[in-house]
Amino acid sequence: MTDSSDRSIAFARETMLPAREPPVSQRGIVRWMRENLFSSPMNTILTLLGLGLIFLTIRAALPWFINGVWNANSLAECRAIIAERAGPDASGACWAMIRERWHQFTFGFYPPDQYWRPILAFGLLFAAIAPVLFAGQKRNLMVVIAGVAAFLLVTLYLASTPLLAFVFAAALVIVLAVLSQTQPGKLMWFTVLYPALTFYLLWGGSIWEPVTAMFGFVIIAVTYRLLVERIGVAVSSAIGVVLAMLWWLFIDAHVADALASALPLALPKVNSDQFGGFLLAVTIGVTAIACSLPMGILLALGRRSDMLLIKTLSVGFIEFIRGVPLITLLFTASLLLQYFLPPNTNFDLILRVIILVTLFAAAYIAEVIRGGLAALPRGQYEAADSLGLDYWRAQRLIIMPQALKIAIPGIVSTFIGLFKDTTLVAFVGLLDPLKGVTQIVRADINWKGIYWEPYIFVGVIFFVICFGMSRYSMSLERRLKRDHR
Amino acid sequence: MAYAGDAPKESFRLSMLIYDTRFRSITIQVIVLILFALFVSWILNNTVQNLAAKDRGFSYDFLWNRAGYDISQRLIDYTNDDTHARALLVGLLNTLLLAFFGCIFATIIGVFAGVLRLSNNWLVARIMTVYVEVFRNVPVLLWILLAYVVLSETMPEPKDFKVTEAMIAAGEQPKAHMFFGSIALTNRGTNIPEPLFDRSLGNIDLGIFLVSIDLLAIIAVLVASFVAWRRLNRHAHVVQDATGVRPVTWWKSLLIWVLPIVALLWALGFHLGYPTFKGFNFTGGINVAHAFTSLLIALSFYTGAFIAEIVRAGIMAIPKGQTEAAYALGLRPGRTTSLVILPQALRVIIPPLISQYLNLTKNTSLAIAVSYMDLRGTLGGVTLNQTGKELECMLLMMLIYLTISLIISGVMNIYNNAVKLKER
Repeated sequence: MTDSSDRSIAFARETMLPAREPPVSQRGIVRWMRENLFSSPMNTILTLLGLGLIFLTIRAALPWFINGVWNANSLAECRAIIAERAGPDASGACWAMIRERWHQFTFGFYPPDQYWRPILAFGLLFAAIAPVLFAGQKRNLMVVIAGVAAFLLVTLYLASTPLLAFVFAAALVIVLAVLSQTQPGKLMWFTVLYPALTFYLLWGGSIWEPVTAMFGFVIIAVTYRLLVERIGVAVSSAIGVVLAMLWWLFIDAHVADALASALPLALPKVNSDQFGGFLLAVTIGVTAIACSLPMGILLALGRRSDMLLIKTLSVGFIEFIRGVPLITLLFTASLLLQYFLPPNTNFDLILRVIILVTLFAAAYIAEVIRGGLAALPRGQYEAADSLGLDYWRAQRLIIMPQALKIAIPGIVSTFIGLFKDTTLVAFVGLLDPLKGVTQIVRADINWKGIYWEPYIFVGVIFFVICFGMSRYSMSLERRLKRDHR
Repeated sequence: MAYAGDAPKESFRLSMLIYDTRFRSITIQVIVLILFALFVSWILNNTVQNLAAKDRGFSYDFLWNRAGYDISQRLIDYTNDDTHARALLVGLLNTLLLAFFGCIFATIIGVFAGVLRLSNNWLVARIMTVYVEVFRNVPVLLWILLAYVVLSETMPEPKDFKVTEAMIAAGEQPKAHMFFGSIALTNRGTNIPEPLFDRSLGNIDLGIFLVSIDLLAIIAVLVASFVAWRRLNRHAHVVQDATGVRPVTWWKSLLIWVLPIVALLWALGFHLGYPTFKGFNFTGGINVAHAFTSLLIALSFYTGAFIAEIVRAGIMAIPKGQTEAAYALGLRPGRTTSLVILPQALRVIIPPLISQYLNLTKNTSLAIAVSYMDLRGTLGGVTLNQTGKELECMLLMMLIYLTISLIISGVMNIYNNAVKLKER
């Protein structure tokens, strides 16, 4: 047997041949290009068109960016420098305008020696929202607070902050850092106190006004704590709100005055018409975002309520707000509130605008959350009922966490829209970065005729903020994903 | 002795209004009703007091007074001798014109970008991603202002189009050229050709404004063509169901669509009136203000980016199995798309698309940024400032916007109900 097989097989390979490399067209970049760029005649045409588009864009824009001038005092000077450097026909950006006017784009007409106040408020904003965004993640909290500390250290130094404020900021950041590592839950208290602190920092005046105003919320909290066991959620919070209202309407101002005369602690007052630029956009945007979410949740619940009257009111409110442009609401804030409020009431335009923008965003948020509520299987409601949870507990522990999770993309895109819409306040005479400040810059004799640079500058900042928000919502969605699909 | 059956007779106690679920909802609603009534009466009372303090009433009589201001871009006849009400109508029509063209262009751009974003061509998909992200994350106001400023600052002046005898003799070219010899972009506006009819049928006077009979005739012919085309297709379906062979219809549909309209246009003596340079500016043609052009460009690209995402999400929502099933049935890719994918994708796409149309319509109010005379520019702008009737003007304007929104969403909901999944 062995003999015959030896004769018939002249050669037997005992080892495998090493795999040959695939042909050139099937590997590496060539294969990738064949698959992704030139897979069919149609795709080839599209690729060529795309390349042409990119080429044209770069050819037009690249020299303009490269020739950009940072050191000049007027547009004419910019052009002279560009002509000298790159030839008479060359075009170039005049970034010198931004170097000269960046503070207006950022702060509007806020007094320059007080710049440290908005800077401090802005830095602490991240420390205040970190406990909400990264609840219980010590590492992320530490990263955020370290970032805030670094930011404040550099910017406050650059803004020549008074020593006392610098020490205050440093102490605050250290306390926050220690808290975040030892008792991350307690950080929420800073978030709660942040609005009053910011109000005081931004507008200045006596420190006792925000303090006594916050005391109203303390009244609500204490009343609620004392009474909730005995008479339930709805009634105890209603009593709390009524008491706080009484405090705000009749007692607050007197107490604040008394304290201010006893212990005058005040920062120089800054009027609302001095606010402008991104300071204004962020102030309006952040306040309206923070206030519109709870209001939107209430409206969404109202719209799904069994009670006919509450449902009708919610639907009417939501549909009315969604049916009219934001501009008409802003004009309502600036023109019509004087008719609707008692004679001779006049309060701050920024505050009026914030209220109207909040109402506007709340209606949209309500619709988004209603979508989330509708997407929740009926079994979840029934399960909550069968556990014997009352309405508010069921909403808080079972329904809302799931509905909000479903609604995250919609909520965040509403927030992004809201932040972009803060530019519309220019039409009621506030100094937003896009129209208000840019118009001032373009009206200046030195910078007359400049148009790409301010819009690119403002656009890039808006893009970074909005794009950041949308990326964060995507990561949040992934993190909260509980189903294994 | 107590029996289980003798449940103590419950007498009504006041606390039951809060603790008994049978009564609680009524209690809450009564309280809310009272609060709401108090709130409304408080506002009404304040308004009455404030109006009295300013020594003026609440009336819409001013609408019939002479407006006294000019509106450069208008669809219907208007002079400054007309009433405020007519100025309002001009503004409203301008708003609707902008919204109409904006929706059309935004849809085209959005569908195009959304489909290309899903393309397996890496480069094109990336370019479209950049487009969508850049336009979605920057305020629309920036695009409007930028488009307006760029158009009015970089475009040539009308005199640059001038061709003099001396220039022809010297063989010189004018500084600027018209596109295709018919469209002139200047820093004062865009001049485009206008449709003219030699044998026009005239206008019908509707009392408020004139309507061109030519336009009505064209619309009538198009509608008739559509009806005929539908009947042709239905007939083809019937034949296909009966015999299994679908009759060839494409050349018939082409005839039905093209022949009548060409015949009508020929009968009316249709031709284009081109803008020409005379003296210091262009005459003839239609002059489109940059305010309109920039709003149209900005709103359609901005909304287009949102629509692109909606289209992409709609297409991606269709499981791959649907395409595979269609292929298994032997359908070609084109028919797969039109018969299987699109009808299902549309169901996902339509509702958010409606809200984008609504957003676009509301965003037309940003026309204030470039002084385009839309509803807000006339009623909420000049009329308001001239008459000082803030309350009346703003309320009327809100009402009109609200009506437009409700009409759009109503019409779209009818369509939505027609295409939505028919379930048991």
